[in-house]
Amino acid sequence: MSAKEEAKELRVPFIYKDDEDLEKPFQWAQFRRLFQYVYEFPKLTTGAFTFNILGSLLALIVPYMIGVTIDKAIGHHSLSFLIELAVILIALYIGKFWMTRLSIRFTNYLGQSVIRRLRNQLFSHVQALSFDFFDQRPAGSVLVRIMNDVNSLQDLFTNGVVSSITNLLTLLGIIIIMLVLNVRLALLSMVVIPFMFFLSTRLRVSIRRSWQQVRRRLSRINSHLNESIQGVRVTEAYVRQDENQVFFEEMNADYLGQFRRATGLSAIFGPVVDVTGSLGTVLLFWYGVHLLMLGQVTVGLLVAFANYLGNFWTPISQLGQLYNQVLVAMASSERIFEYLDTKPGVIDGENASALSPIVGKVEFNQVEFAYDKDHKALSGVSMMVQPGESVALVGHTGAGKSTVINLLARFYEPTAGRILIDSQDISLVQLQTLREQIGIVLQDTFIFSGTIMENIRFGRPDASDEEVIQAAKAVYANDFIMHLEDGYQTQVRERGSRLSMGQRQLLSFARAILADPKILILDEATASIDTHTEHIIQLGLKNLLQGRTSFVVAHRLSTIRDADQILVFKDGRIMERGDHASLMEKPGYYRELVEAQYRYMA
Amino acid sequence: MDVFRRLRKFYRPYMGQLYASLFMLALSTALSLVYPYLLKLIIDQVILQHQYNELLLLIAGILVAALIKGVFNFGQQYMGQVFGIHTSYDLRNTLYKQLNRQSFSYYDEVHTGDLMSRLTADLDAFRQFLAFGFNSIVNFVLLVVFGLAMMVSLNPILTVCVVVLMPVLAFIAVRFDNHLWPAYQKVRRTLGQLNTAVQENIMGVRTVKSFAKEDFETDKFQQRNDSYYESNIRTAGLWNKYFPYMEFIGNLEVAIVLLVGGYFVMHGMMKLGDLVAFFSILWFITVPMSQLGYLLNNWTQSVAAGERLLDILDADNSVTSISNAYTGKSNGSVEFVHVGLSHGTSEILHDIHFSVYAGQTVALLGVTGSGKSSLVNLIPRFYDAADGQVLVGGVDVRNWDLQSLRKEIGVVFQESFLFSTTIFANIAYGNPEATFEDVQKAALLANADEFISQLPNGYRTLVGERGIGLSGGQKQRLALARAILVNPKILVLDDATSAVDMETEYMIHQALDHVMKGRTTFVIAHRISSLKRADLILVLDDGRIVQRGRHEELLREPGLYRVIYDMQFRDQEDFSDLHSMAQGS
Repeated sequence: MSAKEEAKELRVPFIYKDDEDLEKPFQWAQFRRLFQYVYEFPKLTTGAFTFNILGSLLALIVPYMIGVTIDKAIGHHSLSFLIELAVILIALYIGKFWMTRLSIRFTNYLGQSVIRRLRNQLFSHVQALSFDFFDQRPAGSVLVRIMNDVNSLQDLFTNGVVSSITNLLTLLGIIIIMLVLNVRLALLSMVVIPFMFFLSTRLRVSIRRSWQQVRRRLSRINSHLNESIQGVRVTEAYVRQDENQVFFEEMNADYLGQFRRATGLSAIFGPVVDVTGSLGTVLLFWYGVHLLMLGQVTVGLLVAFANYLGNFWTPISQLGQLYNQVLVAMASSERIFEYLDTKPGVIDGENASALSPIVGKVEFNQVEFAYDKDHKALSGVSMMVQPGESVALVGHTGAGKSTVINLLARFYEPTAGRILIDSQDISLVQLQTLREQIGIVLQDTFIFSGTIMENIRFGRPDASDEEVIQAAKAVYANDFIMHLEDGYQTQVRERGSRLSMGQRQLLSFARAILADPKILILDEATASIDTHTEHIIQLGLKNLLQGRTSFVVAHRLSTIRDADQILVFKDGRIMERGDHASLMEKPGYYRELVEAQYRYMA
Repeated sequence: MDVFRRLRKFYRPYMGQLYASLFMLALSTALSLVYPYLLKLIIDQVILQHQYNELLLLIAGILVAALIKGVFNFGQQYMGQVFGIHTSYDLRNTLYKQLNRQSFSYYDEVHTGDLMSRLTADLDAFRQFLAFGFNSIVNFVLLVVFGLAMMVSLNPILTVCVVVLMPVLAFIAVRFDNHLWPAYQKVRRTLGQLNTAVQENIMGVRTVKSFAKEDFETDKFQQRNDSYYESNIRTAGLWNKYFPYMEFIGNLEVAIVLLVGGYFVMHGMMKLGDLVAFFSILWFITVPMSQLGYLLNNWTQSVAAGERLLDILDADNSVTSISNAYTGKSNGSVEFVHVGLSHGTSEILHDIHFSVYAGQTVALLGVTGSGKSSLVNLIPRFYDAADGQVLVGGVDVRNWDLQSLRKEIGVVFQESFLFSTTIFANIAYGNPEATFEDVQKAALLANADEFISQLPNGYRTLVGERGIGLSGGQKQRLALARAILVNPKILVLDDATSAVDMETEYMIHQALDHVMKGRTTFVIAHRISSLKRADLILVLDDGRIVQRGRHEELLREPGLYRVIYDMQFRDQEDFSDLHSMAQGS
């Protein structure tokens, strides 16, 4: 890249990444795997195929009947035969009515059931994956898999698969009937088939691709609009309206251009199909009338042929659509299967036993960990923590504090050494039973949409309202909650953005105390909060830690000072340990840290 | 119709395209009737009366008519779409422009999601109506009129037999779509809920795993997935309920035409060709008839969508520059003259009165909700005061040109927002022409250069929604660098270092001492250490200034400032005891 290009890239006002591949070439193995989901619903599948095929068979008879009517009834002036035929026709139509009903019903049940199952499977699989999976990709891309990729298969399953097999049979049926009726006329009429196939596959592919381009551009526009609204205060404060307008209008014009292209291509499609159809009709009449002169065909047959010719297009068109759907499905199913084939990094061993209710003794025995091969995040970490003791983990960012926490909750497995809770190796117990007994308060509290009550209850879904309120009171969150417009029933919108940082922390304390774990892990927030709230948080924290073994990644001196054990980390090792008084007595890293803090505050 | 009149200025420039489209539509519809007519001639004259020499001419006629019709059909579709997309292009640009200039109080009331749905779904619904909704209605009328006329000319009695069923078909079609629309809404809504559930689950995955609530979340997900499934099935149920009837009525008409028409032909009251032609026209009007419900709904929805767009376009904005506004520079002095601000019935600021010389530093202290942010937001005129005056450089902010005023001021908001682009472009947001050196210097002052350089792509690193995740403290430092880079006369730091640790905050404030020279600075912070050097400290409580002065003065008098100071330094005293103990040993 030239220096000029680099400089340009640096200054791009906004950058929006497009979605991944939208289509992939056909692959048998993958297609078969996708089809497994259809086989899981044998009754629905059988029903859908049966009624679809019966329905199209009925439809196939009609043009022939009309031909017969013209020739035999009208041509021979037989009123009784005409009535007979009309009655049969109506009976056929009634049959068709029921087939349409049943096939709509079965096809949709089948398609929706497949999609539902696939999505449930994908979600629960992703849910079981470990942190390393989520560390590697932005939340947005996981969301796109579960929502958009599964949705893009919806068309294929609700409509594509069943109707295309039906259509293939219909097409075959038409060809056979025509051949039986008159071979030469049939062959001539079929001259247009290849052309129609070409239109419905190739032209359709380019039409679809050009619309994909349109959608990509639209989704960039929408990303930008969304971001502009969220960041509008910054834009106004920094008077960026004019530059942004230029950028947006360019984006919008790009979309306009693509749209015109795609809409032009699409508008060609219909007329070309019509003209092709007319060409077929013209050939039919030209040659048909010729045969009629020779007495080889009748008027009724000619009309029937014209009708069949008209029926060509629908199945061919839908087969072309299927071709397109399959290309799209290949790309999305590949990504879905990639997720389904990902194994969680932390899983229960075969003989994992349930962790019986613990008292909270924790032991680290020469624990070592590396996130990747070259960089050890922890080495030779040992500690012994008695039930009810509090441990403060101190040190700079990247020193290993968070890793200790992640290993204790078994979000990752140590690369060497053992971690024991109540003398049981945690790598040998069932994950669920371990985490249920450990409470974790993260630095930035995640607020789910819903009421305050529901958010606290997340800690223990079967807790009564009264218990939730008790928990909130215990960490001094009740006061601010009662000041909200609807108290505990207040809906928190847009991920709790209306709540202050301190309020969010109090909520997470309430959540944790409700879960009532024997071991508590707390990543103390670095944020500075107004002194009054800060004071409340300290009080809440005291209650929360009461009677639990606790590990706190601490930033506040008061929290550190009260700890039973202080572990000072540097470069993945424990440098110093002891309580506050003993650590202050000797010169060292900890004392320097405290003295520095003092300097900042003074 | 009023909606269309009020949105006229957006589509009027392109009316030519609509007229062209309608003209070609009329021609193409008329040409559609050529085929049944020629078909009738082929059967009646060529086949039945053996005038074979006319055949070539007739089938050539069919082909030519189809070709011309194809061209017009293409033209009407294309021109209609072009009309729609051009109008929506202009509309989208205008909406964007408007939204980027709306007052802050507007954004306090609206939700991002609601605005987005207007800018996407509603704009598109409106476009669709312009692009083909209107054409389709015209087409419907033309087909019914032309089709009926031709049918009557072929055989009036047979026409009556067929037309009797048409209202039934139309009735079912309208009913169908009236039910279908809410059903599709439900599908979209349940999909939206499913989407939210998945999104929250993934973003909060750490919380979920921490509480071992995977099963609980999976249950929650499955419930939402079930309701999405059910809403889809219910929609299919409507198709299942109505569609077979519409199909059946169409088919029944075929049977009736065959029976009655056949009878007429047998008795010489109608020619065979007429009957065959009648068949082919039949589909011309049954197909649009079954779409009638869709057409009408498309129209009513576009009206509703247009109204929602007009809500944005016509929204009041009181914060705009007056004519002949002041566009000069300021020296940086700020004065509040008995300023009051209220929101609804609650008073947010009451009688705020103070003045600051250019270059001075003002610190604001108070609990959350005491009015600190509201106060500083009045300086760049993000809101207008209800009472009193805010003067910047001696000029009332309402007499300033808004753009000139805001260019004088650099603001760091409480919530730092980053756009989806490089770190460089984010820092240079207010000064896109800045050199690399300038940007780096600003980042150094904001204590951000160090962590930026450690990123694999440095200043080229993408941040924002789909970029790398930065910590709250890192984001704040970028926002700070952004403010420094515009080189403002007045700097407003609204809790700008709340998310960084104490050590970093200390370093930033050290660096800021240098930046703040020659600038008027407003600082909102909670740590006394960050405010104590200010020339003026204002202590706010419940929207009023309860104490004012310098650090030393405020410490001497009883009041909120002393209380806060004591709370923050109680710990410190314990430590200093220990500290001296340690020194002594």
